[in-house]
Amino acid sequence: MKKLLHTFLPACLLAGAATASAADELHIYNWSDYIAEDTIENFEQATGIEVVYDVYDANEVMEAKLLAGRSGYDLIFPTARPFAERHIQAGLYQPLDKAKLEGLDNLDPVIMDSLASIDKNNAHLVPYMWGSSGIGYNVDKVREILGDDMPKDTWRLLFDPEIVAKLADCGVTLMDDPTEVLVAANIYRGADADDFSRDGIKAASEVVAAVRDDIRYFHSSQYINDLANGDICVAHGYSGDVLQARDRAAEADNGVNIAYAVPSEGALVWTDVMAIPADAPNPEAAHAFISYLLKPEVIAPITDYVAYANANRAATELVDEEIRNDPGIYPPEETQAKLQVTPTPSERQIRALNRSWTRVKTGQ
Amino acid sequence: MKPTSARPSTRHLIIAVPWFWLALFFLLPFLFVLKISLSEPTLAQPPYMDLIREIEDGFVTLVINFSNYQLLLEDSLYLSALWGSLKVAAISTLFCLLIGYPMAYAIARSPLHWRLPLLMLIILPFWTSFLIRIYAWIGILKANGLLNNLLMGLGLIDSPLAIMHTPLAVYIGVVYNYLPFVVLPLYATLIRLDLTLLEAAADLGCRPWKQFLLITLPLSMPGVIAGAMLVFIPVMGEFVIPDLLGGPDTLMLGKLMWTEFFSNKDWPLASSLAALLLVVLILPFVLLRHFERRSEEGNP
Repeated sequence: MKKLLHTFLPACLLAGAATASAADELHIYNWSDYIAEDTIENFEQATGIEVVYDVYDANEVMEAKLLAGRSGYDLIFPTARPFAERHIQAGLYQPLDKAKLEGLDNLDPVIMDSLASIDKNNAHLVPYMWGSSGIGYNVDKVREILGDDMPKDTWRLLFDPEIVAKLADCGVTLMDDPTEVLVAANIYRGADADDFSRDGIKAASEVVAAVRDDIRYFHSSQYINDLANGDICVAHGYSGDVLQARDRAAEADNGVNIAYAVPSEGALVWTDVMAIPADAPNPEAAHAFISYLLKPEVIAPITDYVAYANANRAATELVDEEIRNDPGIYPPEETQAKLQVTPTPSERQIRALNRSWTRVKTGQ
Repeated sequence: MKPTSARPSTRHLIIAVPWFWLALFFLLPFLFVLKISLSEPTLAQPPYMDLIREIEDGFVTLVINFSNYQLLLEDSLYLSALWGSLKVAAISTLFCLLIGYPMAYAIARSPLHWRLPLLMLIILPFWTSFLIRIYAWIGILKANGLLNNLLMGLGLIDSPLAIMHTPLAVYIGVVYNYLPFVVLPLYATLIRLDLTLLEAAADLGCRPWKQFLLITLPLSMPGVIAGAMLVFIPVMGEFVIPDLLGGPDTLMLGKLMWTEFFSNKDWPLASSLAALLLVVLILPFVLLRHFERRSEEGNP
């Protein structure tokens, strides 16, 4: 789940109609800022395949293209749940030819098992990166407001009306993502994370509505800059994005000290995967690219660059020490125990979630 | 004056071009939208059902589903969004006119050698990408942005004004962006105004403000209406400006359509919203034509 810029890409979506591809041309559609700077160039030199590389900033944008048909892409990077899951159900991917993929056995068996529950026999998906969503906060400012015994690793920082009211002037933000936020609200109120019943959605929405007036904005990527600049104090965000904010603040040397916390009540973990659309013009080249990314020496520098953990066990020791030992990126076991996979609502529940979400956000 | 009549065949040919254009780029896409709006969402490629479905070999049935329109009317969310868009469009249009009219008037009345440079000042910002200009406003309006830093530096305020992510920011962005669409048609009307009428009025003892109200303003109404339309219609469907500058409580149709299309994958509902928007936009046009005809008949 990555981000950048914004969500007004429908125009590009309409403009980017399918293009016929030459034999050795590979069309990749990936998240923005989600690969090392030299990966594509190295791949082109190693294989002679020419890569056309496009980016998106929201799963929904990629999905709309896929659903419209003949997207012209050979390889996409959806988030496993719920996106890749429902694309497999709708028959939008082609099965992988595993004979053409070397190094599959390096992939983390825990992640592969988890993916197998949405993709039987791991037939369609190869995991790329994974991370969690939790709380990013400005350490000094939050301590200044809440005192030394401030709660650090709890959803109360985002959902307890009393705490949020105190932090409001400093800036508290939530993601603009109904599943992420309402599931977090479910966890906060002590319900099952995947309680998407009518009453469950209503109760979760009420948790958010109770703090809504003190929430600066709802956005899934803007908090990166704002945390780094000290414009906001607490953000609901993705692990890697918060860590990017921390690093940007450190680079700018502006005295802003950012930390990432996985809430002790529990938090969500997500996995982004690689998949080949059923109508991909050049599946051969897509397999070659997946194979290339399965090499530990290729994927490790990507993790160094994007600050997300990859799913390749053999690559971990090649990852930069600082990143490998960062509990926000490679969480220790006691943190991992608190993480659960993002539950998948049904189509009907998704629509109910989204409409309830629009209502909460706009205060209707 | 009677229009000089061309030979019928040539005339038909000339009229056929815009009709063809409208049919190809307006009617046809709209029929697609209408078709999807009468369908049901499904998880497939494309994500909506065909209206004509085969029930058993060779037998087909036509399924038309009005439930999307029903939901639009029943769920207060959509009517609130329509109201929100109408409000933003109306207030923005009003402010564009209030600011744009004096600007156009000043340019039209300035010495000849000043007019081109002044018009260029209106047009020049358009040479920068629309997105860049809106992002620039983020830099100006945000909590530690240009405006707040300036005001705090001058000691006028103690803590930053919250402008970003409020309706005010949306109005600033919209009025800024659409102002030229008001100034240019108004300028075109005002520059053609017969100044001798004002002289005559002055000779007969009419005061300047009365000259403006009784002569200049009524004669510039075509420019006012054209400018208002050029602002009102696109702002109704505006998505980017409220998304970038607005806060969470900015509820407008454009954003809601995005949610239905992308987050809900509910193309049929998104399409029925688009159809509703079109009806709302065409209605004032039809009314305007109606009144224009009546006034033409009124004073032949």
